[in-house]
This record gives sequence, C-alpha cells and structure tokens, in this order.
Amino acid sequence: MVSIARVMRVAAPGGPIGRLGRWTHAPPALWVPALVVGLLLALPLVYLVIRTAGAGDDAWALLFRWRTVMILLRTVALVVTVTVASVLIAVPVAWLTVRSNLPWPRFWSVVAALPLVIPSFVAGLVVQVALGPRGMLQQALEPILGVTELPSIYGFPGAALTLTLLSYPYVLLPAQSSLRRQDPLLEDASRSLGHGRRATLRRVTLPMLGPAVGAGSLLVALYTLTDFGAVSLLRYETFTWAIFVQFESAFDRGVAAALSLVLVALAAAILAVEAVARGRARYHGVGPGAMAEPRRILLGRWMAPALALMAALGAVALIGPMGVLAYWVGRGLAGGQELISVWEPLLNSVLVAALAAIAAAVASLPVAALVVRYPSRFAWVIERATYTGFALPGLVVAISLVFFAVNLARPLYQTLFLLIMAYVVLFFPAMLAAVRTALAQVRPNVEDAARTLGRSPIATLVQVTLPLIWPGIASGIGLVFLLTMKELPATLILGPIGFKTLATATWSAASEAFFARAAMSALLIVLAAGVPLLLLRLRMGRATPAATPPVRQ
Amino acid sequence: MSLTRRALLRGGAAAAALPVLTACGESEVVIKEVEVERVVTVTVTRPPSEAQPLVIYSGRSESLVDPIIQQFRSMSGLDVQVKYAGTPALAATLLEEGDASPADVFFAQDPGGLGAVESMLSPLPEELLSRVPAWARSPQGLWAGISGRARVVVYNTDRLSPADLPDDLWGFTDSSWRGRLGWPPTNASFQTMVTGMRAVWGDDRTREWLDAMHANEIGIYPKNTPIVAATGAGEIDGGLVNHYYLHRFLAEEGESFAARNYHLPGGGPGSLVMVAGAGILGTAANRPAAEQFVDFLLSTVGQQYFASTTHEYPLVEGVKASRILTPLADINKPAIALSDLADLQGTQAMLREAGILP
Repeated sequence: MVSIARVMRVAAPGGPIGRLGRWTHAPPALWVPALVVGLLLALPLVYLVIRTAGAGDDAWALLFRWRTVMILLRTVALVVTVTVASVLIAVPVAWLTVRSNLPWPRFWSVVAALPLVIPSFVAGLVVQVALGPRGMLQQALEPILGVTELPSIYGFPGAALTLTLLSYPYVLLPAQSSLRRQDPLLEDASRSLGHGRRATLRRVTLPMLGPAVGAGSLLVALYTLTDFGAVSLLRYETFTWAIFVQFESAFDRGVAAALSLVLVALAAAILAVEAVARGRARYHGVGPGAMAEPRRILLGRWMAPALALMAALGAVALIGPMGVLAYWVGRGLAGGQELISVWEPLLNSVLVAALAAIAAAVASLPVAALVVRYPSRFAWVIERATYTGFALPGLVVAISLVFFAVNLARPLYQTLFLLIMAYVVLFFPAMLAAVRTALAQVRPNVEDAARTLGRSPIATLVQVTLPLIWPGIASGIGLVFLLTMKELPATLILGPIGFKTLATATWSAASEAFFARAAMSALLIVLAAGVPLLLLRLRMGRATPAATPPVRQ
Repeated sequence: MSLTRRALLRGGAAAAALPVLTACGESEVVIKEVEVERVVTVTVTRPPSEAQPLVIYSGRSESLVDPIIQQFRSMSGLDVQVKYAGTPALAATLLEEGDASPADVFFAQDPGGLGAVESMLSPLPEELLSRVPAWARSPQGLWAGISGRARVVVYNTDRLSPADLPDDLWGFTDSSWRGRLGWPPTNASFQTMVTGMRAVWGDDRTREWLDAMHANEIGIYPKNTPIVAATGAGEIDGGLVNHYYLHRFLAEEGESFAARNYHLPGGGPGSLVMVAGAGILGTAANRPAAEQFVDFLLSTVGQQYFASTTHEYPLVEGVKASRILTPLADINKPAIALSDLADLQGTQAMLREAGILP
C-alpha cells in the first residue's frame, strides 16, 4: 500500500528512530511529525494532571457528591439530544444541497453553514430576547392571538435548541464534502444489481456517509459538552457550567482542574462510542473506478417541501438571529448611541482566523495520513490525544497554555504565535475530521499508479493526493476559520496585550449591555465569515464542473 | 519614572472636564481644567530611558473604562497597554503567571478578584489609600476601591410600585413572591452580599433565608444583566442586582424600559455598598506609572468619570454622585467592616450546601 506516508518516508533521512518505531509500521517521516502534533495538543491534559495533583481534600469532597452525578446526567442528556437533532437536520440538508436539483445549492450551502459562526453567548442572548416568555415573538403574537406569555424556554429546551442551531453545521460540512466525493459508480453498481433509487440511498449513499456523519457528530457532542455561553444564559446547568462556577467564584484551580479531568473522561467515553460506530469498515471502492461528478436527483413533487425546509432553516438559524442583531443596531442608532470603530478588530479577526486555519491544515496532514494509512494502537493514541483541546472549555485550555508558556517558553507568551497555537489546540479535531474522511475515500492504489508512472513521492503528494482530498481540506479550513472568528476566552487571555477581535469587541459590549455595539460586531463576524465561505464554495463548484446530466426520477 | 503631585485637584465640585496639557517640560507638566478656573501643577521626573509600557489587566469591561484610560494616556503621555477579560479569568491568569506576570496594575470588578491574588499585590502608598473611606479599601492596604456600587432590588414598573416591595430581604421569603424573582448566585457581588448577611445575621439565619428564597423558586441567572433584562421585559417581577446595570439599559432602550431600582429602606445586607478596585502587582516593572494610574483614577477627573459615565458612586470626598442616583448618604447601609466580607469560601460552601451552587 503506497500512500502519503510512504511518500514521506522517501523524503526523510533513513534508519530506525528509537523504540517508538516498533509501535507503528509507519515511516518516521510520518510518525515523528504526527507525534509532535499529538504531544503539543495534549499539553492541557498535562496541566490538568499537575493542578489536580496539587488539589486539596476539598476538591475530592466536591467531586464525589451526588450533585456531580446529577450534573453529569444532565450534561449527557443535552449532548445526546443536540447530537441526534444535528444529524437529523444536517443529513437531509447535505443531500439536498449536493445531490438534488434544488435551485441555488451554493447559496443554501452557505446559508445553512453560517450559524456556526455565531458566538454562543450571542446566540444565547438572541434566543432569550426573541423566544423568551415575554420576548419579541410574544410581543408580535400578543396583538394577533392575545398571547401574554410564552412557555419558558429556560433550561433544557432553550439550551438544546440553541446548541443544535449552532452546531448542526459540524455534521453538515463533512457530510456535504463526503457526498461530493462519493464515487457515483458505486451507486450505479447498486442500481445495476437491481436496487431501486430509495434502496440505493438507504444501502449505499447513506452508509457511505457514515464516517463523515460520525466525525461531525463527535464535534457536535464535544462542542455541546464544552459550551458555556449558551447554557449559562439559557440557565441549564452542565458540567462546563460547574467548572466555570469554580473559576468564577472560588479561584480554586485544583477543583477546576479536577472537574475538567472529569470532562475529559466524559469526552473519552464519547470518542469511544464514535470509534465503535466507525468500526473497521473501508469507505473507498476497490475496483478501478473514476472520480466523476455525483449525479443530481430531480426532486419533482418534493421540490416545494424541500424549498420550504431550506427556507425554514434559513429563517430560524440565520435570518432570525440577524434580524434581532440588526434591530439592536437600528434601535441604538435611533437612540443616538455611538458605534465604535470596528476596522481593527475586523482585520485582526480575519488575520488570526486565516492563520489558524492554515496552521491546523498543515498540522492535520501527518496525523490524518498516520491514522488512515497506518492504523495501529500508536496512531489511535495520537488521534485521541488531539481531541484534548476540543473536549475542554476554552478558558481551561487558555490557562493551561499560560502555564506552559510562562514556565517553558517565556518569549512566546502573549504573542500572536502562541494565540495561533491555542486555536490549533482548540480546533484541530474539526480539521482532522474533514481531512481524515477525505483521505479515507482516496484509494491507495491511485497513489501507487502515480508512482508507477514515474512521479516522485513529493509530486505524487502535490499532484495526486492533495487535489483528491482538497474538498476535505477546504471544508476543514472553512470550519477552523469560522470557529476562530468567534473564539473568545483564549483570545482574551493569550492575545498580545491590547489585541482586539470582533469576538472580544462583541463580548466587551454585550457583557455591559451595550447591545447596539455588540450587535454591530456580531453582524460583522457573520459577514466576515460568510464571504470566505462563499468564495470557498464557488471555487469548489468550479473545480468540479457539472459534467453529468441529472438523472430523471 | 517618579511622580509627585502638589496642590492636587483639591476642593470644590469640578465639572467633568478634560484635562488639557498646556505645557510639558522636562520636569513640569501643567494641567488646566477648562471649565473650572483652577490650575493644577504636577511634577514629573522622567528618567532618561523610559520605554517600559504600563500594563493594566482590566476585569472591568473595555466599553466601560476605555474612555478614562484613553484620557490617562493623553494626560500622562505614557504607553499604556490594557488586557481586558473577565475578573475571574484574569485572576486565574495572574496566579499562573506568578512572578513572570507582565502586569503592573490589576483593575478588578470586585474585591473577590483582588482578594484571590492578594499575595501578589504590594501595598499602595498611604497617600492614595487615604483618599477613599476605610470601608472601601483593603484592610492591609493592598488595593483601593475606585468606584462604589449599591445592592438594590430591580423591579418591573408595570407590575409593581415601590409600595408593593418589602422593607428588607426577609420580605421576599413570603410565599406571595414565589417564582417571581431572580438572583445571580455565581456573581461575586451577590456572594459578597451573602457574606455580609453572615456577618450581620449569623450563619444560621443566613442559611434559613437562603433556603426560604430557594424554596420560593427564585430564578438562577448567570449574572446581573440578564436579570435586569428579564425584569424590564416582564419575564420576572424583580431581582437582586447591583444598581448601575439599570442605567445602561435606560441608555440603550430609553426611559420606557419598564424597570427601576429600589433601595431597601430597612437596610441590612440587602443595602450593602461595594466597590470595584485596583491594586499594584509586587512584580510591577513600572511601579511609578502604576501609582500614577491609580492616582489618576482617584483624582477628581477619574472619579467624575465613574460618577457621570458608568453611574457608579464616586468614593473620593468632594466628588458628587450622578443626580439620578439615590445619594449614598440616603442608603441605609449596614455597618459591616470589609474584613468581615473576606470569607467568600465559607459563603460558597453554604451556597453549595443549600443546593444553589453546584
């Protein structure tokens, strides 16, 4: 089996490198960089162990209480609900935008992906103001239907709704890029073997989505696990909320660290569930095959419901929040509020988001190649380690990096470099999920063929593998870009002194009820994230021109 | 850089006026306040090399304090750099940074944040400390209060009038208030108020009150602003908050915003007045500039800023509070020494026992 990995081995200095080589049959040029990435990304875990070891008896007394179990159960209930709901929204939307003849598919793709960029404290605030018992919806309904109060959204319903709307794009993006890359010949084979269109969808197309949906669900679950902004505003007590309470009120780092380790354990359990679900299946064809544009299926009489579904999603997930934000800006302007200059934060946001996305993409390649082409216990451990940052609240990751930078890398402290590294630590799994699933769908013998035909290892990587997995890399870059745009705690703590982004500007204004200013910055986050997303989609559209005619139903 | 001030901003209620730099020599800076006919002389000795910036960690939001820091920047001519984040996050950061911290000044939202890093602070000069009353500064002289905020009951004006509200906090334990109120148990000011209750009422009575309120289904909110918002919207009838958030909402939503503040006439811990404060790090690389900054915050100009812009209570004598606030003298403040408000840990344990905190 030839692969990126073997390509890299040739480029590297030969010879056995230490004992680690025995744990994997991957070449050192692959496993060494992968190991470095894994170790850097697991730093927060080291910090938590150090701090927990220093925690007093109080910490353990706090941990082993009935209350802790109750909060864990509440958290699990939220995680399961949000994950299932996200898959139920994302899979149909992915199929409609990639495989059906829905008009303006790229427009709908961008609209459906954008909620990802709304910071969760903004989403929490918007949901509260719009759907609260006496929020905007009630105010609108009162004159028509005489509704004086809506049922309370606080607690579980509000938190689940908000987090689902914020995080279903984690499943949508990988599912779309997986559908785009699926080998249409597999479906042709299914049809020629006598399966109808629905059976093919059920037995080929959807199962092939498995890894992408699984990887995306994992991100949704972990995002829900570590969210603070939305759950605190919608008043649902989760484990992350409990950790923040420790930071907020006790300043007891030992207790906060011990609780964070429990969160890591919970995340590990979620990872295990995903690993079992993923199993050992292969997701590329074995025959010669060819990359071809997936066929689009005509919706026929299903067109109207499909359009209605997309419009409803756009209205709830995007137009609604944007409307509330625009209303705040308008009200502020009418009331003579001064808006602040947003150019500097805007430029900073775009700069760090782009740098973080590129850095994460580069770091993800060796890990993805190791995991996909050389599966072993070693690869498994490294892959799991890279989830550390995503499984922890941003504040905990930020504080842990303060610890390492101050003690071991003083010159890096409060520099852009460390901030970018923090973003990579936080968001790496979003990138890895996209790249890994893309690579899993590339048959290794395509790379073999390039080598046989005289391409050098590097040329094979650049000319064959990277173009084939580009949709995956691009969707990973898009994801990390959007996530970085809205990141708050690490930006506040680790940014160079005086460094402002749109997210910090939004937070600074919103926390003191300067709603007009906060809304202005939040709207800009969505716009600034929407433009690159649109460009990315357009480019991808051009890269694979619609060569095949749609299939008639 | 060392700095001494003479004839400093003394007396009279000065209008909030921008200080204007009229002369800037090697050793003397003259600040003239435009609206008030008064000349203030500040002596500044600048050492030959002074590239060291002043680094402030501010737990107070940029939207609240950036204007006054800008003013300090232009007045002092110093390179002032500010890191903004939540007070707890900054306290945790300072603890991790330890001696390597780049910070000179910690400007915190509440005494709890300053208390968490007390071992890292070094005492302020007596001259600065003595400008604020004893109840508004650290007993060890490690930090000084910069502005005051009062605990109030914010209430919905469509549903209630002040006549409907009780005299003190015990009134809210009546079953007629079931499910109608909100509080922020994770908020530092709230916890300080509970610590005040323990000092005045004793632990048993405090626990009794907490249990009664909890049993009365008081809503748990993450902080003050959502409570004021929910009160204005009529989602709840009222809540226990700090006074100044209301004025932000009035500025944002207009006078029609349906909530106002109520100071409990019966006094007690429900009428506690607390401070936001600032301290100087023991490791400050630029201590003279740090002292100059705290000095500026405690000057007439600095105090006027907080009085007129953030609607907090000025702490330095002679500076008047905003006219729209209930005067500090009219609030029935409990007599609690600051040292009695130190036991936050005990309060948190009590809140946990009562099932109010996790």
